[in-house]
Amino acid sequence: MKIKIIALMAMLLLLASVGWGQEEAAIDSTVQEVIPPGPPLNLKAFDKPYDNGHAIDLTWDLSVDDGAGRNNIIEYRLMRADSPEGPFVERKKLEMGKTEAEDKGVKEPDDPNYFPREHDFYYKVVAVTADAEAESEVVGPVRGIGQWYNAGKNPVAVAVVLFTVFTIYFIFKAKKGAELYIRPLAGIDAVDEAIGRATEMGKPILYVLGLGTAADIATIASFTILSRVAQKVAEYQTSLIVPCYDPIVMTIAQETVKASYYSAGRPDAYNQDSVFFVTNQQFAYVGGVNGIMLRDRPATNFYLGKFYAESLIMAETGAVAGSIQIAGTDEVTQIPFFVVACDYTLIGEELYAASAYLGREPVLLGTLKAQDYAKALVIICCIIGFIAASFGWTWFVEQFHVGN
Amino acid sequence: MSWETFLWTTASVALTLFTFSFLYRDNPFYKFSESLFVGISAGYFVIILWYTGLVPTLFDRIWVGQPWWQIWGGKWWYLIPGILGLMMWFRFSKKKSWISRYPIAFYLGIATGAAIPLEMQNRVNRQLADTLVAPNFSAGWVAGISDVIIILGVVCGLFYFFFSVAHKGTFGGVAKAGIYILMIGFGASFGYTVMGRISLFIERVQSIRDWVEMGFEGGGGMTAVVWISVLIVLLLIMMEIMRHMRNKATEEAA
Repeated sequence: MKIKIIALMAMLLLLASVGWGQEEAAIDSTVQEVIPPGPPLNLKAFDKPYDNGHAIDLTWDLSVDDGAGRNNIIEYRLMRADSPEGPFVERKKLEMGKTEAEDKGVKEPDDPNYFPREHDFYYKVVAVTADAEAESEVVGPVRGIGQWYNAGKNPVAVAVVLFTVFTIYFIFKAKKGAELYIRPLAGIDAVDEAIGRATEMGKPILYVLGLGTAADIATIASFTILSRVAQKVAEYQTSLIVPCYDPIVMTIAQETVKASYYSAGRPDAYNQDSVFFVTNQQFAYVGGVNGIMLRDRPATNFYLGKFYAESLIMAETGAVAGSIQIAGTDEVTQIPFFVVACDYTLIGEELYAASAYLGREPVLLGTLKAQDYAKALVIICCIIGFIAASFGWTWFVEQFHVGN
Repeated sequence: MSWETFLWTTASVALTLFTFSFLYRDNPFYKFSESLFVGISAGYFVIILWYTGLVPTLFDRIWVGQPWWQIWGGKWWYLIPGILGLMMWFRFSKKKSWISRYPIAFYLGIATGAAIPLEMQNRVNRQLADTLVAPNFSAGWVAGISDVIIILGVVCGLFYFFFSVAHKGTFGGVAKAGIYILMIGFGASFGYTVMGRISLFIERVQSIRDWVEMGFEGGGGMTAVVWISVLIVLLLIMMEIMRHMRNKATEEAA
């Protein structure tokens, strides 16, 4: 019995000692010291150059624990306040390894991301680990100031000025009656032939301006070609169908066609309903145009302007309907579809050339010549730039870099 | 599964098949789906334009929560584009339609002016800057050769788009190389896009399959709808074959 009591007491003591040890270990784990990471160093904040004054640029050096040391930085947090004492508001989270950030907002005061211009701000960057944070020193005040001129876009300004000089020179040259040669393009030569075919067959001509807005260069070039086509249509007394995707484009197309009928001396033949709005939804528009192709069976289809995924659907339907098809777009991804499904395709800039070639107006011819000279300049720059870059002379190449 | 969901899915499948019927030829079913699509999208466009265009960017800015006759509290200068927009309505008058040309001229002028520097920046300067890189042979000879091909391709492509010189002799040869490079690029782009289109087609076919499964799982009336639909499609196909044979016989007799 005595032995049993002693054994029981020994077991109790053993259990108590184990429990006490665990408790001690638990106490040890709670008091384990959390070592904060090294803070970001050398934080600098400055007005973003050449902007509208609604942004601040910041740079800093990495925390000693980012990529080195304990290597436990998860992210950085960019904090902003109106005074050095705070309160600081988080503006952005940044991945580890980042040493720069842009704090950018909008100018509308009612927007949640409003960033007032010429207002003093204070910044700090917080390095964050799984269980601790370390703040950089607070920098400021710094304020966003708007600039009138964006010097980062100097290369664009130089290019535009050069191109303008070329353009003006060649327009004057064309106006003086100089013969400006433009090589023949198969697609352009086919325009008259296609209109003649429609006249002979007594069928209409379908002219699709694409999905672009009136602000797109391709659509603007297409208006010029439409003008020429409409003039020929008026002369030959053929009918023209122009289904439009954009209401503004429709309005301009109506004006263009109307002017062409007047210049052809056939204002009475102009029918405003021949240029009409279908819808502003891409595939519904395609459905509508396809229906026209199969019901009216136009002899000739023109697809000139800005096209997207609808290009192949329309061109394929036109081919099924047995129409002669002339297409042109500067949308690189859609050119292959026109190439396979149309009789003639104006590739990229040929569309702009077509408008000048058909119009034969000094302004357009001069512009086309200027484009050619600009291209020659680009070719020269390409060759020189490639050689310079190969030898590590970066100065020349840097002249073409455009800032934000 | 509710009848409501099933019927909407049935409508979706029916419209898909109506649209696919265009692959055979124009027919009343395609006309129906086309008119429905065009009509709905045009109406939808008007509502979208009203609620995402006119209301937030015009009305809300001119009348900031005020009665309509009080414009001085808001941004009254937004009335100018509003008036320009109203001028477009003169198109409906034969005598005064010239007034509508002013907003058009205004719009085109601004659009073209804004487009020139943007086009120059994005299509000339930025592309040129990114093209002018040293051949990176340190990343392997394939990478180095690729860089050389890119610069040669750009130069040859530019030669092709030179309109002032006839494409003859050496110039013509370089231009020809340019168009070959363009065609290789177009071929790659074509293949890539076709794969995307096939994915869309597969997605549509899967939706039809899902509808059939849904009908059979629903049992009773839903299964009946699927079978009736299949019978209607088969009937239409048979009618079309008979019509085709009748026409052929008439043609042969003639």
